[in-house]
Amino acid sequence: MIKSLHKRESELANTHKQLEILSNGIFKTGDLPTFKNKISETNQFPLKAKKLEVLQINVGYMCNQVCEHCHVDAGPDRKEIMTRTTMQQCLEVIKKTGAHTLDLTGGAPEMNPDFRWFVEEASKVGVEDVMVRSNLTIMTANKKYNDLPEFFKKHNIHVVSSMPHWTRGKTDKQRGTGVFDASINALKMLNAIGYGMPNSPLKLDLVYNPSGAFLPGNQMSLEKDFKKALKDDFDIQFHNLFAITNLPISRFLDYLIASDNYEDYMYTLVEAYNPAAVANVMCTNTISVSWDGYLYDCDFNQMLGLPINNKIKHISEYNEDLLKGRDIVISQHCYGCTAGAGSSCQGSVT
Amino acid sequence: MQKTYYDPADLKKFGKISEWNEELGSKFFDYYGKVFEEGALTEREKSLIALAVAHTIQCPYCIDAYTGDGLQRGITKEEMMEALHVAAAIRGGASLVHGVQMMNKVNKLDM
Repeated sequence: MIKSLHKRESELANTHKQLEILSNGIFKTGDLPTFKNKISETNQFPLKAKKLEVLQINVGYMCNQVCEHCHVDAGPDRKEIMTRTTMQQCLEVIKKTGAHTLDLTGGAPEMNPDFRWFVEEASKVGVEDVMVRSNLTIMTANKKYNDLPEFFKKHNIHVVSSMPHWTRGKTDKQRGTGVFDASINALKMLNAIGYGMPNSPLKLDLVYNPSGAFLPGNQMSLEKDFKKALKDDFDIQFHNLFAITNLPISRFLDYLIASDNYEDYMYTLVEAYNPAAVANVMCTNTISVSWDGYLYDCDFNQMLGLPINNKIKHISEYNEDLLKGRDIVISQHCYGCTAGAGSSCQGSVT
Repeated sequence: MQKTYYDPADLKKFGKISEWNEELGSKFFDYYGKVFEEGALTEREKSLIALAVAHTIQCPYCIDAYTGDGLQRGITKEEMMEALHVAAAIRGGASLVHGVQMMNKVNKLDM
């Protein structure tokens, strides 16, 4: 298992270093336009926050996996965990916000000791869609997690799981040896209780991230290929596939630099820039809450240490009216969400 | 003076071909786009055929383009290599099948 950037004491564990890389080099020399200049061409700068639709809460960076591309730099050695007090503050906001989706992420969110309590409380509030981003392998990692599928079912949780490919080789290369088999077992457990089955209200979606320095292909075509392969090979079913572009931050940035792909990848992102995707980028309808309760425009900004540009900084001070219409904080990593069909935590945006 | 005949950056300029003959260039790119749309064959199958042909005609631009295209489509390296072996087998077979002509000639002339 590889180690997190923090554990390795890599210079990229420092977010200032990442932002420096993203602002200098080809963007400083003018070989490529900055994201700000690019969106200014179509009068889309500054990007403005619209009505809040998705509240995304990161309950901690601890994870049982250490994936090569992880933008969170999550892993077993990460100790940042949301406390019940911060969760309570989040619940107060969930009760009064008009957001239709509550998106719980991590790390492996299930590893937070108060995760189940939080899910139980959150599911009582009446948010339309409560989703948990599960890495699947957590369900079989330890006996205490084996009943997670039943727990999710009981609270009508929408399960969104990562799956970079329908073959063992490509999956294990990105996510670690044995991850594919463990994921298949977890998907079978979920299918067995109704998750992902046609017309089932128990929603099971998969997330696809490219396993390398290239963009995701057409989301619908990939979904078709995933569905056929998983059904034919393992009799597994799921609802939708979200194709997500890897953003050049954290461990994926480390991989890009180490494999001498960084500049080519940035060229690829900029060349694939789609102004139509800018209008629907997720930061305009999302607020991301970190494990310690601070607010960000998206999970990627959270991992880059780019806080929300607003008087309101923390979930305890949350005020929807003051947050609405704020300028979104951007940098060159934002090209990842505007390439091709666009990308968000819910997949393509166009 | 340019040191090599091929520059990877030229691939991105392919569309500029139309600048010197708009009518034929446009017709070609319309046709090209249509060919790769899903039909009796899937786009994925067409991408693999293109990759195999790219190696047969030894076009570095096409190899670059269709390797990337294959990765985006989730085509595995095992599938890509099998497609190349199909191309290699046909290409090698095309040489070897002419051996029959050689054998015919030898058999006719040799005592």
